[in-house]
Amino acid sequence: MAVMTYREALNEALREEIQRDPDVFLMGEEVAEYDGAYKVSKGLLEEFGDKRVVDSPISELGFTGLCVGASMAGLRPVVEFMTFNFAFLAIDQVINNATKMYYMSDGQFPMPIVFRGPTGAALQLSAQHSQACETYYSHAPGCKVVTPATPADAKGLLKASIRDNDPVAFMEGELLYNVKGEVPEDDDYVIPLGVADLKNEGSDVSIITHGKMVHVALQAASKLDKDNISADVLDLRTIRPLDMDAILETVKKTNRVVYLEEGWPYAGTGAQIVAMIQEEAFDYLDAPILRVTQADVPMPYAKSLEILAKPSADRVVEACRNVLYR
Amino acid sequence: MATKVHMEALSPTMEEGQLVQWLKAEGDDIANGDILAEIETDKATMELVARGEGVLRKIFLTAGGTAEVGSVIGVIAGADEDISGIAGVSGGGATAAPTAPPEAPAEGAPMPAAQTLPAPEAPAVSAPATSAPATTAAATLPVSAANGGRVKASPLARRLAEEMGVDIARVPGSGPGGRVVKRDVEAAKASGVAAPVDTPATWASDGAEYEDIPTSQMRKAIAKRLVTSIGPVPTFYLTVDVDMARVIEARKSINAMLEKDGMRVSINDILLKAIAAALRQHPNCNAQWHDGFVRRFNAVHLGVAVAIEDGLITPVIKNAHAKGIAQISAEVRELAGRAREKKLMPDEYTGSTFTVSNLGMLGIHEFTAIINPPESGILAVGGIVETPVVVDGEVTVRPRMRITMSCDHRVIDGAQGARFLQTLQGMLEEPTAILL
Repeated sequence: MAVMTYREALNEALREEIQRDPDVFLMGEEVAEYDGAYKVSKGLLEEFGDKRVVDSPISELGFTGLCVGASMAGLRPVVEFMTFNFAFLAIDQVINNATKMYYMSDGQFPMPIVFRGPTGAALQLSAQHSQACETYYSHAPGCKVVTPATPADAKGLLKASIRDNDPVAFMEGELLYNVKGEVPEDDDYVIPLGVADLKNEGSDVSIITHGKMVHVALQAASKLDKDNISADVLDLRTIRPLDMDAILETVKKTNRVVYLEEGWPYAGTGAQIVAMIQEEAFDYLDAPILRVTQADVPMPYAKSLEILAKPSADRVVEACRNVLYR
Repeated sequence: MATKVHMEALSPTMEEGQLVQWLKAEGDDIANGDILAEIETDKATMELVARGEGVLRKIFLTAGGTAEVGSVIGVIAGADEDISGIAGVSGGGATAAPTAPPEAPAEGAPMPAAQTLPAPEAPAVSAPATSAPATTAAATLPVSAANGGRVKASPLARRLAEEMGVDIARVPGSGPGGRVVKRDVEAAKASGVAAPVDTPATWASDGAEYEDIPTSQMRKAIAKRLVTSIGPVPTFYLTVDVDMARVIEARKSINAMLEKDGMRVSINDILLKAIAAALRQHPNCNAQWHDGFVRRFNAVHLGVAVAIEDGLITPVIKNAHAKGIAQISAEVRELAGRAREKKLMPDEYTGSTFTVSNLGMLGIHEFTAIINPPESGILAVGGIVETPVVVDGEVTVRPRMRITMSCDHRVIDGAQGARFLQTLQGMLEEPTAILL
């Protein structure tokens, strides 16, 4: 296996898919000449030319609409948002057109399109540029939501997303791009959507999470381990479709659950997961499920406050102790 | 350490008690568990035991006086201990009998009339004073009693308890607020402390104590409508006229067999046996109305109304269906005797599933009895009367007895009650049918 960064893994996935399928193209702000704001598309313009790697004007609604049209016409666009915070400008095209086209055209227009870019907070980018945007997309029927945490998952899931015939919101993280990890050396390494991954195996408590927070959960699990508390860390990898079987398996094993997410608690992803667990595994719960989330406030700019507002490994440890009553 | 002597709840329904007599006097040495006094409750005369040791320093309630449950009626303390902090008139509703004025306050110091005692600490357990030591009562008390009957438990703990046959109400919870969680159920199972309650063999002789049958919409409608008409227990009455000649014969032959043991059974004893046997065939009459379901009892616990001075009480023949006539007879005699002396323990007059009231010996031919809730049936039994009846077209004189059943219509419909009486009549007119 090759060790590479999350950024390089995404680059490999894009290269392989553009090479593999002549219908695939990448469009976004500065993806071509500048190699992308986070250098995810490095070298692709040179390799594939400006028909396959296209710089757009600074107009999210415009180029997203263009790509929705391209998808209707039979192409497989990959739209890069510089961050999902900017994608609010384009959300009408995503929710009202992309996610509903297949349904409203009675299946005449499949909608293979990927919207990708970083989501969530980095460091001191303040309230408007630090938002975790998963739930805006997972809320809408017709949109798949993918949140890879590791380089291998980033590669395998991006390839699966590009090959999928439905709209996919593919959510990365600024703080993830430099994360290094092993990636299988296989130009057909595809991870199916809707399959969760047990990132750490334990028996006392289940930490269920997705995206960037997988790393926080693993830190928490290692702290808990020092006190002889062993935690399952279940990475959902995709929020829609959801791997409910994997969730039920870990709930039935440990009977105690903490849901960890980067976004706000109110109507968050965790709220949905908790609802589904109590519906399907009520008799397996030994304690109420707790959630660890961002504080229910706009992200503060001040560094000290930002640290307090974000979920941390210590807060996860505390929540795990609470559901364990110790 | 001074111990206050409280008026304790010595029956499940007791609100106040009357002091019959003190068995200890002021100045007597007291050991934990000594019987201090006899208290008359609403049901019986019970013994009040000491819950501390030392000297009985003060008595606040004299013979004949009454006090509310929880009020302080005496003080046990060391011989030289200063009890001025608690001495005084007892709080609550204690009243001295007119013939026995309260004694002068202790140690000569008049207590201000306004001084009242701290809020009474009502005993948590209304265990009979003469039963096993308090520790036993505490050990068998369901944990849930402290929560007003509700057991706090995680969903998983409830499921495991059911699967393991653990009585979750008896599992101490280690979670927040005493919530019972998985580890508590597992520990209880391992230690065996929360095995389902072992009821005495005489109480549950055949498997499940009862079965709850969910009420159908029709039954709910019947219950709702009838309660608005005659409530809260909508009662109707069914009377059957029984030829008792065969029971009289049966009694003679049974008594001839028992003569060598010096025992005799009464007509009523045979009647009780027949009722228990008939109820076994008609469990819908051995039942209780509850919100949402009807509880049908598998065992027949027969209440037998006994007249006593100033009222009546119904001692219970437990598992009457499983007992022979001689045993029923002996128990009735023994319980009725103690009932008249007001010496019954609470569990001897509670828990009946059906009641029988017999006024035949007082010359009553026929009457109706009032249902004792939550039971849904009671039989009013008249005396055996030589009556002219038509048999095969001829008027002849037969010993006849009338039984009137009061039925809670929410549980028992007319035809069901009638079928039960038909079975009972058949058993009395052909007693060998009791053996079926």
